[in-house]
Amino acid sequence: MHLAYPTVVAALLFSVGVYGVLARRNAILVLMSVELMLNAVNLNLVTFDIWYRDRLHGGQVLTLFTIVIAAAEIGLGLAIVLLVYRNRQMVDVDRLRALAEDPSRPAEPAAPAEPEAEPEAEPEAEAVEEAAP
Amino acid sequence: MSGQEIVFALLGVVAVGAAILVVTTRNLVHAALWLVVSFGALAGGYLVLTAEFVAWVQVLIYVGAIVVLLLFGIMLTRAPIGESADLDSGNRWAAAAVAVATAAALVTVVVMGFRDERMPLRAGGGSAEELGAAVFRTWVLPFEVLSVLLLASLVGAIVLSRSDIRARPEAGAAADEEG
Repeated sequence: MHLAYPTVVAALLFSVGVYGVLARRNAILVLMSVELMLNAVNLNLVTFDIWYRDRLHGGQVLTLFTIVIAAAEIGLGLAIVLLVYRNRQMVDVDRLRALAEDPSRPAEPAAPAEPEAEPEAEPEAEAVEEAAP
Repeated sequence: MSGQEIVFALLGVVAVGAAILVVTTRNLVHAALWLVVSFGALAGGYLVLTAEFVAWVQVLIYVGAIVVLLLFGIMLTRAPIGESADLDSGNRWAAAAVAVATAAALVTVVVMGFRDERMPLRAGGGSAEELGAAVFRTWVLPFEVLSVLLLASLVGAIVLSRSDIRARPEAGAAADEEG
């Protein structure tokens, strides 16, 4: 198989991910675009592993590690997004300009959101744990 | 063009097309579902490249776990389930220019660099047996480090998502008095 096919597909996926990260406003869509870029890198790793006929299978093992790290990243990223949503009631990345929380408006008004957010957040962490190969 | 190349090209078109729909659709839930199509097509591409084990791990973790987590996130942030017009920020044309420039540069470099390289596809090269031997013979230290990383991210996610952890003012005040 010609080496150009997988590498061109990976390059196109990566640039689609770049577009998504730069153009999307919702933080969860930005996380999805980051996943697309990670997948492009995975495809490159597998391709070059096979091209070099690597006896240690470095590329494919590194792909597995990247997949696990992506799972950890998405778990932590979603926890952060949920925390931001709990404090500010929105997750639009271009409107989140303040680095600190507003001291005049503590997190108490968001209290109704908490009993729902909390039970779901822990299965999320468990899913990260199950992602270990 | 061999049969493998035709199959891989079709899967690549599906993967890139679904990825473009992920970043352009106006419906958040549809974006997550197109992500499934894109990852599934990529898993098929791994199968064509003889990386069977990676393909199944991709299906299990990406399609199975990560997309479900993203759907959880969409539901928990009370995102609009239907169409919404403001999912793109104001700089989408600049973003499109950057993305097209990235694609042009990368595709040019890759095509010029690997114009007449061919890769040998040998069946069984990425089977679970070979990869398991590689992980537990050569890569066992990174594997263990990765398990520590997963534990740390697990603890971090729990701490971040608990709402009953606050800064302890009495502890800080006590430290101030002693200091």
